Amino acid sequence: MCGIAGIINFGDRRPPLPLDRLQSMAQVLRHRGPDDTGIYRDRMAGLVSTRLSIIDLATGAQPLANEDESLWIVYNGELFNYIELKRELEAAGHTFRTRSDTEVVVHAYEEYGIDCLTRFNGQWALAIWNAKEGSLLLARDPVGVCPLFLHMSNNRLWFASEVKALFTDSEVPQAFSTSGLNQVFTFWSTVAPGTVFEGIEQLRPGSARIYERSGAFIEKCFWAPSFPREATHSRMPLRDAAEQLRERLVEATTLRLTRADVPVGSYLSGGLDSSVVASLGLAAHPVDYRTYSVRFADAEFDESRYQRMMARHLGSTHREISVTRSDIARVFPEVIRHAESPVLRTAPAPMYLLSGLVREDGIKAVLTGEGADEFLGGYDLFRESEIRRFWSHAPQSAMRPLLFQRLYPYLARSPQSAQALAHNFWKQGMDRTDIAWYSHEPRWRTTMQLRRFLRPEFRSSEPEAEFIERAVPLPEGFSRWGTLEHAQYIEIVTLLSGYLLSSQGDRMLMAHSVEGRFPFLDAGVIEFCQRLPSQHKLVGLREKVILKTLAHGVIPEEIINRPKQPYRAPDALSFLVDPPAYVADMLSPESLESVGVFDPRSVTMLHEKCRRVVRDQGANALLSNTDNMGLVGILSTQLLHHTLMKGGSVAPMQARTTSERLIERT
Amino acid sequence: MNPTHEEIRTAVLRFLQTSLLFDETRQIPDAQSLLGAGIVDSTGILEMIGFLEQTYDVKFRDDELVAENFDSLGAITSFMSAKLGGK
Repeated sequence: MCGIAGIINFGDRRPPLPLDRLQSMAQVLRHRGPDDTGIYRDRMAGLVSTRLSIIDLATGAQPLANEDESLWIVYNGELFNYIELKRELEAAGHTFRTRSDTEVVVHAYEEYGIDCLTRFNGQWALAIWNAKEGSLLLARDPVGVCPLFLHMSNNRLWFASEVKALFTDSEVPQAFSTSGLNQVFTFWSTVAPGTVFEGIEQLRPGSARIYERSGAFIEKCFWAPSFPREATHSRMPLRDAAEQLRERLVEATTLRLTRADVPVGSYLSGGLDSSVVASLGLAAHPVDYRTYSVRFADAEFDESRYQRMMARHLGSTHREISVTRSDIARVFPEVIRHAESPVLRTAPAPMYLLSGLVREDGIKAVLTGEGADEFLGGYDLFRESEIRRFWSHAPQSAMRPLLFQRLYPYLARSPQSAQALAHNFWKQGMDRTDIAWYSHEPRWRTTMQLRRFLRPEFRSSEPEAEFIERAVPLPEGFSRWGTLEHAQYIEIVTLLSGYLLSSQGDRMLMAHSVEGRFPFLDAGVIEFCQRLPSQHKLVGLREKVILKTLAHGVIPEEIINRPKQPYRAPDALSFLVDPPAYVADMLSPESLESVGVFDPRSVTMLHEKCRRVVRDQGANALLSNTDNMGLVGILSTQLLHHTLMKGGSVAPMQARTTSERLIERT
Repeated sequence: MNPTHEEIRTAVLRFLQTSLLFDETRQIPDAQSLLGAGIVDSTGILEMIGFLEQTYDVKFRDDELVAENFDSLGAITSFMSAKLGGK
């Protein structure tokens, strides 16, 4: 991976961009690409690249041009099918100066125009500047592994892999966005093109923008999740489908392991998805295989038993990092500075620590299991939704709601009264099976309650349904999909790219200059999974049926059969038991007042209540889900302001490395 | 002396305002469904039950712990008045 950035002056001729503006952008993106920095500048445009070299270490430097230097590219990511594409392009007469995938992108764009994007299998965000025409292409990979943010004002466009690079320029506004904050306090993350910053957008995953010389642009969507019923493999027996998926996963994993000029490691969570990926990875490259895991001091969250079982099974060199609550509290400000978004959970913090361990071990890229739950129907939420739907067909049934106990075993251990109340919770809106976001409604309804902490001027006044419909527009054909596919779609366009692959993914990895590689998000794997009938994904309450089928003989049975454990970390308690000093600072009425997003009285009451519960119940106090999310969400928003906005992002200028390249065409 | 209907209502309202709504000024109509209006979720109701048990030194039987007794300010007040009156 790398960092990219740039500034384009559209319209009238203006003096060339000051070099130091471009250098500042490069400076704050250094963690994304510590190996090289490159800057290109002409009369209209400035392009910036910071490079983490993984493919073609010697000659893959950026910015890079085509033969006649009319097209200049800065590119963040990996094209896993670049060798195949290069062959096609060479056959069409293109000549290559480097072995890098970046050069393949440029020539593919020359050859196929914007349609080249549909031929790319990988993870990338890119900018191609057409110096001859004065036009710019910005594009982002299908599911949004790689980030790309932008801001336009006064006919000047800024773009960058991270918001902090935009904030180095004083012309870019630094303020919270009402709609972005309300999205976080509904969906758990913003939904592209939204961000929590006013005037800053993120490019939608799977889309491209083409800016003309005038600054006008058109946006094209070249990919979106789709589950065409007419094209399903519905008649394919489960075993055959599993075998075909296995073949595709083997290919996807092999490409991600072998298309790198540096060693690639593998994350092990202890669950099914990363175990399958690591096994296939080992088979593809059985030399010095390295695996990495997060352990928790809190037994509730710890999965080390399964992680170690898997590492023994692989015979890998296994390293783990044990994370305590105080570790989470200690790194949280830095985690938020990198996440560039409020979060309602602390789960990104351990991932930040884990990438640190990987980097310390000298590894630059890791395989990981993200995407399987979304595309193969793994989440509890999908099952919960099916139970509600099933119950709604016979709302008087006393038996049907008992299925919740199988999904959430803690219910069976709870007093009758708690069960009855929990059932009442799921019963709310249960009969509204016609709404598109039926699956996510209970979660969103609960999370929206957190908006009560926002000051009135930051609270969205839009009616709930309109707010949701505007943030999560439905694609054509949606109504023809099945109910599981509805839930999958909503999960993919909200949390997958908005949180899992960014706040908990790319940002935590890149904070330590480590690249994540995701076999389940391979173009061929996704394409195959989208055509699976729902019975190959979720049967009754059995999730990811097809993946479990192919996993037999690949990973230990115990891991296949273990109950699914959602990845979680200790949340608000990290900030309530022996908290670091910044917690009281950030939650003080003065600090809340100065940031101006939250109502200090409400937050004080929440903080007081949480502290009281800890005083009464001790270090393992039970805080409600809402209070947990509220405290973490408020604290992270406050930290975001202090670490990223108002000059917080301006890193001290370090001595420039000798590898800075400057290409001047002014 | 048992608390009056009005005293119970005031105490419950105050609890809802400070511990669940985090807004001391928010008024809640007696008949409004707490769950339906999003004022409490299922853990919130449990917190409230804990508050009532502690404040009034009572224990609830399982058959009393039904949503009908706890889903509105009015219902809680009436139910508690009756329970405490008959104690």
